[in-house]
Parts: sequence; structure tokens; C-alpha cells
Amino acid sequence: MFDNPELIKLVFGRLTLESFPLHEPILVATFIVVALGGIALVGALTYFRLWGYLWHEWFTTVDHKRIGIMYMILGIVMLLRGFADAIMIRLQQAMAFNGSEGYLNAHHFDQVFTAHGVIMIFFVAMPLVTGLMNFVVPLQIGARDVSFPFLNNFSFWMTTAGAVLVMMSLFVGEFAKTGWLAYPPLSGIGYSPDPGMDYYIWALQIAGVGTLLSGVNLLATIVKMRAPGMTMMKLPIFTWTALCTNVLIVAAFPVLTAVLALLTLDRYIGTNFFTNDFGGNPMMYVNLIWIWGHPEVYILILPAFGIFSEVTSTFSRKRLFGYTSMVYATIVITILAYLVWLHHFFTMGSGASVNSFFGITTMIISIPTGAKIFNWLFTMYRGRIRFELPMMWTIAFMLTFVIGGMTGVLLAVPPADFVLHNSLFLVAHFHNVIIGGVLFGLFAGIYYWFPKAFGFRLDPFWGKMSFWFWVIGFYFAFMPLYVLGLMGVTRRLRTFEDPSLQIWFTIAGFGAFLVAIGILSFLIQIFVSIRNREALRDLTGDPWDGRTLEWSTASPPPAYNFAFTPVIHDLDSWYDMKKRGYKRPETGFRAIHMPSNTGSGVILSGLSLVFGFAMIWYIWWLAAVSFVALLAWSIGHTFNYRRDFHISTDEVVASENARTELLAAGLK
Amino acid sequence: MSTKSKVEHDVHSHDDGHAHGSLKSYLIGFGLSVILTAVPFWLVMSGALDSKQATGLIIMAFAVVQIVVHMIFFLHMNVRSENGWTILALIFTLVLVIITLTGSLWVMYHLNTNMMPAMDMSQIP
Amino acid sequence: MSSKTATVSATAEGPVFYLADEHDHAEGGSTMFGFWIYLMSDCLIFAVLFATYGVLGGNYAAGPAPKDLFDLPLVAINTSMLLFSSITYGFAMLAMAKGRVGATQGWLALTGLFGVAFICIELYEFAHMIHEGATPQRSAFLSSFFTLVGTHGLHVTIGLIWLVTLMVQVAHYGLIQANMRRLMCLSMFWHFLDVIWIGVFTFVYLMGVLR
Repeated sequence: MFDNPELIKLVFGRLTLESFPLHEPILVATFIVVALGGIALVGALTYFRLWGYLWHEWFTTVDHKRIGIMYMILGIVMLLRGFADAIMIRLQQAMAFNGSEGYLNAHHFDQVFTAHGVIMIFFVAMPLVTGLMNFVVPLQIGARDVSFPFLNNFSFWMTTAGAVLVMMSLFVGEFAKTGWLAYPPLSGIGYSPDPGMDYYIWALQIAGVGTLLSGVNLLATIVKMRAPGMTMMKLPIFTWTALCTNVLIVAAFPVLTAVLALLTLDRYIGTNFFTNDFGGNPMMYVNLIWIWGHPEVYILILPAFGIFSEVTSTFSRKRLFGYTSMVYATIVITILAYLVWLHHFFTMGSGASVNSFFGITTMIISIPTGAKIFNWLFTMYRGRIRFELPMMWTIAFMLTFVIGGMTGVLLAVPPADFVLHNSLFLVAHFHNVIIGGVLFGLFAGIYYWFPKAFGFRLDPFWGKMSFWFWVIGFYFAFMPLYVLGLMGVTRRLRTFEDPSLQIWFTIAGFGAFLVAIGILSFLIQIFVSIRNREALRDLTGDPWDGRTLEWSTASPPPAYNFAFTPVIHDLDSWYDMKKRGYKRPETGFRAIHMPSNTGSGVILSGLSLVFGFAMIWYIWWLAAVSFVALLAWSIGHTFNYRRDFHISTDEVVASENARTELLAAGLK
Repeated sequence: MSTKSKVEHDVHSHDDGHAHGSLKSYLIGFGLSVILTAVPFWLVMSGALDSKQATGLIIMAFAVVQIVVHMIFFLHMNVRSENGWTILALIFTLVLVIITLTGSLWVMYHLNTNMMPAMDMSQIP
Repeated sequence: MSSKTATVSATAEGPVFYLADEHDHAEGGSTMFGFWIYLMSDCLIFAVLFATYGVLGGNYAAGPAPKDLFDLPLVAINTSMLLFSSITYGFAMLAMAKGRVGATQGWLALTGLFGVAFICIELYEFAHMIHEGATPQRSAFLSSFFTLVGTHGLHVTIGLIWLVTLMVQVAHYGLIQANMRRLMCLSMFWHFLDVIWIGVFTFVYLMGVLR
């Protein structure tokens, strides 16, 4: 049977023994480490009999808090992979001078920078942002869960399936070599016939389904499930930014889905959307992908702005200055996000009239963001500021993001962009705003809401270590890139001929090394905090003297969040309640109606993963089988009408009594 | 009798402002749609108007009107549904659809003119 | 139910901060709105496909053009199939509002038949074009034509599978709240597909022949 090549091709598609990179030492070493780590993890879970617990309490959960935590874990794990790629790039670029080829050939280098971008945007930033919104928003609006709890679980697992596909590409086949946006014709079947591009396509399509549904979910939740009295202009500011973010997700991700589908058709059945002949037009891909791409970066930054608003207000012990203008600024940014996309390809040749229009709109969009910075500053002014870590991250953000924003306005000028497009100046700009804005915001948010999620604070010493190494490391890593860009150095280069550039790359490499220590400190922080959790315990549920509703619950909140649905009277509703002498009820609890767990999310995502893998390797029979199974299971799932249960009155009483005791202990 | 009233009760007790149709509104919608479809087809197939441009503009106008007819009579669009969120979502989507369409056409026209001026894409294999 | 009006008012002890006497939240309160939002996102997928057709639709690559290929009488018949299916679905919804299971199922079945007719005619049209050499690979115009019209057809097909599933579920469980909600969602989906078709027959078929 193994002699028959036709049969083998039928069964395995284009998957062969050559697809496994056994002759690549870095990959073999990585595989061995991953395999050993994986075996250790699986072994430990089996030894401590945790599979049942994991399945019933985490994998099948429809609880938004647990799903949020799982998203955060996914994002942090993928951060390690994405950062490893970053270190590899820095190392190669610092080395490859004076005739040296460095240690990565082009075949690998191109995959490394592509994977770095794809992973950081789709599997680090998006999951972390989605995870925080998932955890926080229902608590902030006084709800017990999101509108569609099962869809929430499904969305998480689809995102994970996409991440798994990307990770698999390390050991089975290869990844795309096209850059993170995969422009054709390079990404077409002619120039990228290998499975790498297909890993890219299917990972993003599968994860994209998850993201889109998550957008629908959170949007419906914020519109429909607010506690009584919470009108739109009494929404916590983080929830406002979450609302606009999810509007952007629902409006932008369909475009990505459609464009990737067109590219897939070109690759799989030979259509001519983006080919060079038969009437195709590769420039249309660039146009469409950026219609998605620009709103995407606002999807990343708006939640961070929301976090900074909450943190600034809480740690300045002051109401947020200019709440109304913050809301309008967010809405304006949401709309304008759709009017700037061409600034990503000024140089493609659309001419002066088109370039001027988009250059002007790009400059206009910086204005509402500027308004936000002023509002944060005015909130801090005459406040009683506490420089806890979230506030430190906020100050670092304000300084760093403003620099990045200014270089953005510089790039918005088309003639300037003609010089700087695709140079290291551009690379420095977007890392400046994404790290300074999104990542610093996420770290602030993680430190701020960690006690709510887990019941104990994060260790401040290791947090500060992480902070200083990240911030200083960022400046060492990226300021040289501005210099190099202004000197004309192009992005994504593997070797260099001009030896005078090496010093800058070396400094950048040193910066990456500092950031690595920052990441290590972050991991140590988590480990130390778990070890010292009793000393760091949050007994009251309100460790920061917060202003919004999530701080009125226990830390961690019970499954049902609120024993009684809160009634809202004012903005900063928890602060309002504390000020007006709110007394937490200790009796009168009732049974609470909740949605049930389900395994369908895991199964459907698993089937999607198999389908994606089969499509990548042209294993048509497996693609057909998994597709039919997907359809069948989805339809079958809809026949389950009993998706809810009640938490009994006794259980609610027990959980609320436990909290009463904890609060009493906290007062001592 | 009790089942029927229970179902009726089910339908109307959960009042989220979802409009329901009536026989009259469905029939009016249907009638208008038939006319708004038949006329454009006739105009193009018979070539009754000499000007292709005029025909084109008229059939586009008819399409827009028919879409509105569908929205009102079949989809029961109204400004009160979901406290105005339904129509807000629709308007926002419409704006984005217009931006995507006109933006792409405008940008690609300029790109094609500047970057591929000699090519007549209908004739180049 | 965007925010339940606070019918609780301040008492002598001060403002009320929680609902002590809450009734169970009716299930599925967000479903219609959530589905509408999903439909809006689907609109944007079609917007991209229309934009692509708009940009690439004139690139015949020295191959067949719309007036060589489009059979307007056939398209007119197809359009009527879809329009009839919309009205029969409307009648199904009226029957559902009156709680009449049999009538609902009957109108749904008729809707399904019109939908199947639509798909069959469309498949016939595609097969004929491919037979004539006008394949999706022949030119960018044909790639965008087949993808735009084909995606619409795919949506109709999914709608038909959904329709059959719902008919089985209504037969089993009757016109319970959950099933009525699902029927209302399918109703939105089905009418929305007819709206998209208005765009298709106008911009692809009629304008194509006019060019």
C-alpha cells in the first residue's frame, strides 16, 4: 500500500515526509523543547486528575469571566512566540554586516517577520483586548453575562484554533513569506505555491469568524443588557470604548473575510481577482485589505484609551474630565477610521487629488485623540494621584504614544511619506503607537483588574521591574529605527552593506534584550503573586477605591456576578453608591437563572481546525468529511433547547454569606 | 383555544418593539416590487429609451426605491425598533457600504489611470 | 429592552440601588437585535464583492462580455422566483402570528420550493456559461461575476437548509417562543437576500447588458 503514490497522494494530499523540517536545527530544537514542555504539562494534568476540572469548569464554560481569562492566557502565550520572532529579527539585523549572511537565510527570515506581525496583531493584541472587554464589560453594566454566552465560548475556541494552525506551521510545512498582509502577486499561487500562505489564510479566516461573532456579542450586550437606570451617557467610559471597538469589529472584519476569500479562490481554483493577467488587479487587494486594516488598528487602541480613562480617574481620585467630549471623540474616531485607509499606500500611484484627500482626513483623525490626552491631563490636574503601576503605565503611555502619534501625522503628509514609506521610520512609528498605546494599556488593565479576576493583587516589585525594563527597552529598541528610517533604510531587509548602520541595529538589539527581561519579569510577577497570594489578598473587592460597578462585587465575583441587579442613578455609579451610603444587602437572596456550559464550542472549533488543515494540505476527502461534520454538529446543536439552569437560593445565600465574612475580615 | 391564546400571548407579551406585518402591507410591498422589477427589465430588454445613460440612471433609481420598499414592507423597518438602534445600525452600515463602493471605485480608477494608462482591460488577455 | 426603566423610586431610607424583587429575565431578548447586527456585517461582505465587481467587471480579457452571456428573460424568471418566495415567507409569518402550525409549515414549504427553483435556475445558468467557455477563470469580470452571484446563491442555499431544519423543529416542538424567534431571524435573512438580489440584477445583469 505504501508503494502506491496515487493512493498516498489521495490520502495525504500534498503532505509528505519532506514537509517536516527535520534538517532545520532551530526548528528541531524548538520542537524538542515544545514537545518536552507539552508532555510535562499533559503529564501533570493527568497526574493531578485535572482534566475533568478543566473540561467542566473552563473549556466548556459560558461564563464571560472565565472566557476572558482564557483569552488573556492565549494572548500571553502567543506573546512569547511573537517576541521570540522579534528577537530573531533583531539578532539577524544586528549581525548581517560586512559580508556576513547572519544566521537566517531568506527562506526563514521572511517567515519570521511575517509570523511576527501576524501573531502579534491577530493572536496577541486581539485576544488580550477581547479578553479584557469580555471580562469587564458585563460587570461594568451590571449584567450577569453577555447576550450570547455560547457564542462567546465558540468565539474563544475559534481564535485558539487559528493560533494552533499558526503554531503548527512551525513543525509541519512552513509559514507565509509575504509580510503580515500578504500582498499578491507574491501571495498568489504562482509566487507562493507552498502551504505557508494557506496556513496564513485559514488561520485568519477561522480566527476571524470568532472575532466577528465576538463583536456582535459584545455590541448586543452593551445595547440590550444594561442595568436599569444606566442610560448611554451613564455608561462607564471603558464600556463606551468597548462599544465603539465592537462596532468597528462588526464593520471591518467582514471585509477581511471577503478579501481573503477572493485570494483563496485565486489560489485554489485559478480565478483572476489579483493576478497580473486575465484582467486581474493586485492593487485592488491592497485597497481592500487596508479598508479592513485601518479600522483594525483602532480596534486595538480604543479599548486601551478606555483603560487609561478608567485608570486616570481612579488613581487621581477624580471624576474623568470631559466625559461627554471623550464619548464624542471616541465616536468621531470610529467614523473617521473608515476615511483614512489610503494613507497606507500613498506611493502606489493614485495621484495628487486622492492622496491629498486621504492625507487631510488622516491629519483630522489625530484631533479627537489629542482631545483625549488633554482630558486625561485635566483629570490628573488637582487630583490626588497615587502612582500605582496602572498609573505608571498611563504616564509612560502619554509620553510614548504622543511621540508615535506625531510621527504618524508626519507620515500623513504624502510627499513625506514618499520618502519614508516602507522604511524603518514606518516600522518605528507603528511599534511606537502599538506598544506605547495598546500594550502599555493592556499592562495597565491587567494590573488594574487582576485582583478582581483572581482575588489577589499582582506583586508590585516585579511589576515595576517589568515596567522599567519594558519602557526603557522600548526606547532603546525603536528610537534607532527612526534614525535608520530617516537615513533611508528599508524595512524587512536581511543583510546590509553600509557598516555605519550597524551601531544603530546593535542598540536596537540591546533594547530588545531589555524588553525580554521585562517579559521575564512579568512572568515572574505572576508566579510570585500566586505564591504570595495570601499576603496580596483582596478582601473587599475594591482594592483601588474604584468608581465603577465591577468594584462592587466580590473578588473574584461569583458566577452570577450580582445577587441583585443594581439600579443606576449616576455616572461612576459605584462611587455614587459609596458616597450615598449604600449598604450591601445580606438577606433576601433568590435563585438565579444562568446559561449552561456546553462542549459544542470546543468541538466545532476542533472540526474547523481539521478542515483548515485539510484545505492547507489539499487533503480533499478530510476537508469534505470535516465540513459535513461541522454542518451536522451545528444543526444538531440547535436541537438542544434546554440551555439554562438555576443557581439555587441556597447556593446564592452561601456565596453571599462567604462574602459578608470576607468583608468583615477586611475591616479588621 | 387555550393553546392558541397561549401562543398569541407568547407572541405579544414579549414586546421589544418588533413590528409585525399585516396581509395588506405584504401585498402592497409585493405589488410595488413587481412593478419596480418589471419596468427596469422592460426598459433594458426593449431598449425603449435611446440613451443608455438615462436607462442606467433610471434602473438604479428603481433599485433604490425597491430596496426601500423591501425594508419597509417586508423587513418592517421603523425608527422605533430596539429604541432606534436598528435604524442606527442600518444607517451606519449604509454609510460604510457607500464609502467602500465609492472609495474603491474612485481610488482604483485613479490607480488604473496613473499606473496602467495604455491598458484596455476588456481586450488584454 | 435597552435599559429597563427604573420603576423603583427612592424610599424613605434613600435611593434604591438594587432590584430586590426581580423577575426572571425572558430568554432570547437580544437575539433579534444580535441577528440584525450580524446581517449588517453580511451586508459589508456583499459590499466588498460589489466593489470588486465594480472595479474588475469591465476586465473581459478579450473574452466574453455580459451581453454575450446574460439571458435576461431567464434572469427575470429567477427574480420572480425569489420575489414569490419572499411573499410566501411573509404569509408564513402571518400564519405564525396566529399560531397556525399547519399553515405556517405550508407557506414555509412553498418558500422552500421557490428557493430551490431559484437555485436550480442559477445552477443551470452557470453550467451553461461554463459550457460556453465562460468559466470563472477566464477573466477577472467572470471571476467577480461568479463570486458575487455565487455567494448570494450560497446564502440562499444556507437559508434553505435552515428552513428545512426549522420546519423539522416546528413539527417537533410547535410554535414555541424559541422557534418563533428563529423563524423571525430567518425571515430577516430571507428578505435581506432579496434586497441583495435587487442589487445583483440591477448592477450585474441589467447594467451589464447596457454597457
